Amino acid sequence: MKELLAALVAGLLFGVGLAVSGMLIPDKVLNFLDIAGHWDPSLALVMGGALAVTVPGYYLVTQRPRPLLVSSFSLPTSTAIDGKLLAGASLFGLGWGLSGLCPAPALVNITTGFVDVLAFVAAMLVGMLLHKTLHRT
Amino acid sequence: METSFTPIASLLGGVMIGLAALLLLWLNGKVAGISGIVGTALTDFGAASRWRWSFIVGLLAGGGIALYQWVGVSEIALRASIPVLIVAGLLVGYGTRLGSGCTSGHGVCGIGRLSPRSIVATCVFMGVAFATVFVQRHLLGG
Repeated sequence: MKELLAALVAGLLFGVGLAVSGMLIPDKVLNFLDIAGHWDPSLALVMGGALAVTVPGYYLVTQRPRPLLVSSFSLPTSTAIDGKLLAGASLFGLGWGLSGLCPAPALVNITTGFVDVLAFVAAMLVGMLLHKTLHRT
Repeated sequence: METSFTPIASLLGGVMIGLAALLLLWLNGKVAGISGIVGTALTDFGAASRWRWSFIVGLLAGGGIALYQWVGVSEIALRASIPVLIVAGLLVGYGTRLGSGCTSGHGVCGIGRLSPRSIVATCVFMGVAFATVFVQRHLLGG
């Protein structure tokens, strides 16, 4: 129960952070990605602010024997820089650049109820399911 | 549409995102990668996946309320046509799963752990996104 509450609070804070930072606004994302145009560098500060917390924070937390509410850390174990990583990141970058939406802002933006946002998110979920179907191991 | 530089708000929002990710690791030992959380939750409704649904509810509630309160829904204007958005959505969904992460999982959490894999992934998706916008806005004139 505490674990679910913790996840809920983390989700709430993450969502509010996205809104406050400007990441929800596709124009702002695209203008960050457009150095040759009317460049809006704001999003560099979003990443900078987040990393200023996670770089030292993750280091300190992972020095602990275990997390506070569960018995062990569930951290990604893969270290391979392989074709899947590069192809996946490239396809994602293409979709992000075409739309101005990455997964978290896209999800939050469904609260607008706008048809184009809903179409994007539906396609995103289909893409995720497609991956699961094609790469079943 | 032009947007103005918002250093204070963006930094503050970024810090909040970082704190949220740190909280999830410190309390639950989990990485706040949104594509991983959503991609797994979609087909996993077991007890071990409940925290994912809880996180998603929080994300939508917190983000949604803050969106209406401080951003305004009129700001959420997509410029691409619906067919392009559907292609983009498929690419984002499939690509983030194939590449094991998105802006949050690789960009915030992975780089937070100084993972070379995440640093490479972030450089690749940012590089491709910069190139995509350059081609679309400056070569094709969209």
